[in-house]
Amino acid sequence: MLQEGKKRIWSDYQKEIADDHFFYVRSCIRQSFFPGSEQFFLHFMKNVLGKDVYENPSHTTCTGIGYHGDVVPLATIMTVVARHFALMKESGYKNIAISCVTSFGIYTEIIETWKHLPAELDKTREYLCKATGREFDVPENMAHTSDIIYKYRNEIADKAKYKLINLQTGEPLNVVEQIGCHYSKMFPKYGVGGAEFPNVLGGMITSWGGKVVDYPERRHCCGFGFRQYLVQANRGYSLSNTVKKFASMKPFKPDFVLTNCPGCNMFMDKWQYTMKTMEGTVYGDNGESIPVLTYEELAGLVLGYNPWDLGLQYHMVQSEPLLKKMGIEYDPGDKYKTKDGRQMPIPQNLINA
Amino acid sequence: MQNYHEMLMQDIRFGEGLNACMNCGVCTAICPAAEFYDYDPRKIVDLVQSGDNVGIEKLLKSETIWYCGECMSCKTRCPRGNTPAFIVMSLRSLSQKLGFFTESEKGRQQFAIKRTVGENIFKYGYCVAAYAVSPEMHLEQGPIWQYVLENSKDVYERMGGHVDELGAGPLRKIPEDAKEELKKIFEVTGGTELFDDIERHSKKKASEMGLQFSGQGIDNEYFIEVFTANKKDHHT
Repeated sequence: MLQEGKKRIWSDYQKEIADDHFFYVRSCIRQSFFPGSEQFFLHFMKNVLGKDVYENPSHTTCTGIGYHGDVVPLATIMTVVARHFALMKESGYKNIAISCVTSFGIYTEIIETWKHLPAELDKTREYLCKATGREFDVPENMAHTSDIIYKYRNEIADKAKYKLINLQTGEPLNVVEQIGCHYSKMFPKYGVGGAEFPNVLGGMITSWGGKVVDYPERRHCCGFGFRQYLVQANRGYSLSNTVKKFASMKPFKPDFVLTNCPGCNMFMDKWQYTMKTMEGTVYGDNGESIPVLTYEELAGLVLGYNPWDLGLQYHMVQSEPLLKKMGIEYDPGDKYKTKDGRQMPIPQNLINA
Repeated sequence: MQNYHEMLMQDIRFGEGLNACMNCGVCTAICPAAEFYDYDPRKIVDLVQSGDNVGIEKLLKSETIWYCGECMSCKTRCPRGNTPAFIVMSLRSLSQKLGFFTESEKGRQQFAIKRTVGENIFKYGYCVAAYAVSPEMHLEQGPIWQYVLENSKDVYERMGGHVDELGAGPLRKIPEDAKEELKKIFEVTGGTELFDDIERHSKKKASEMGLQFSGQGIDNEYFIEVFTANKKDHHT
């Protein structure tokens, strides 16, 4: 095939990611369960790369979990998202950086709906004006925050203090990547590599020295399923789908799981605890469970941030086995200390502890 | 009998999600719900495209439409550009509008989702917030979650948070005027109406089932019933 033809085909899988001046919207789940991840992103962008990232305290939930729990209508969520765009416009920004894969999927669905059905855009403008008096513009550039870390993955590699290498064997670490269904399965063109070749996490892993594990259920859902987790009676669905993934990846001996979506991170961490408690099953080597990290946590570790400032101690599956493999220096005594160094109680019965 | 197909056509997700299905079954092959439940999205799409009004009414009252997890994997894989999950979402919306959702165990759960995630939106400005995820209702969160909640001020402060305080940062308090705007958006766009529909039909069903119902909160027999009931015949 001619080089030109190849380039044209692969251009469908590329994504243009803005390089500065971001309007940042937080994730309900990431800020609740992995607040250190969002803190890392903001610190890295502002203090290491010197970028302009603005968070408007008035932005709210996108209502995405309610929408996919079917208690929020499409017209409602479109208008809530339009309000975020109005805050962005009022703050003078055109590039949006989204911290949540559910939100990201919502934004892609809404923008595509407005493109295909312009009457829906007009209707949303009317609704927002009637409800709040605000006006909005559609963002010029829309990135999930992992897209931005992906964009700067080589800069991170250049500044790396640690690599994704097992210091004892000298081999690359085996990393399972979990993209999150709503990142690019719905509207592939918004994701790095689309739905067929998603490379947003794989690009980070290989740039930082690791090896991506390809396993049969690699693209299977983490098991969230919205109402299938939100309602206690349905959680067997969620657990079963997570188990399906872990059983499939186990023979490949992953050193850790890297996630794009905060929901995936929570389920793949917490359901491992559940399986160990219910049935005594573990999916890692040496009788251990597999640490599950967000891309911000991993970038932070690679750059030499203190693991306890990244919040790794607040997962159920503890990460010390991974830290040891990578040769990361850490202070066990600092693990459960407050910001000003006061000792906190030590939590009991965690996994891999 | 109302023309349900016409009513579904009012939902743009239905029109966008259904072109001509050729019954290949790829959606079912890729579907996480089909592996767990007695569920076949191919059959749903086949039925709604046939326009069989009696069949659609049966579907709207069934357990079936509540099995999908909305992962949207079917959208990627359909060779005809259909999105079975969008069709399911439109069926769920119509089922709630007409009050048919209370006819099934899984459908009745909409009341629990409205009283938790739905009401969190107005109370906190978040669908999910740490302080709204109780360890008692989420045993799978494990001892670390109990610990985080018991030490939340210290935990979040180290991570840049100011829990329930105004200003930027994780778990910040959403300003009252922002929450007020959310409420107005819900009123203008039909969100409040959907909440009211779910409440009205659930109250009626609670009465039929002889279960205590209260106008707010989760400490009532009907909430506990719909949140926990599992007759365990949902599987293949």
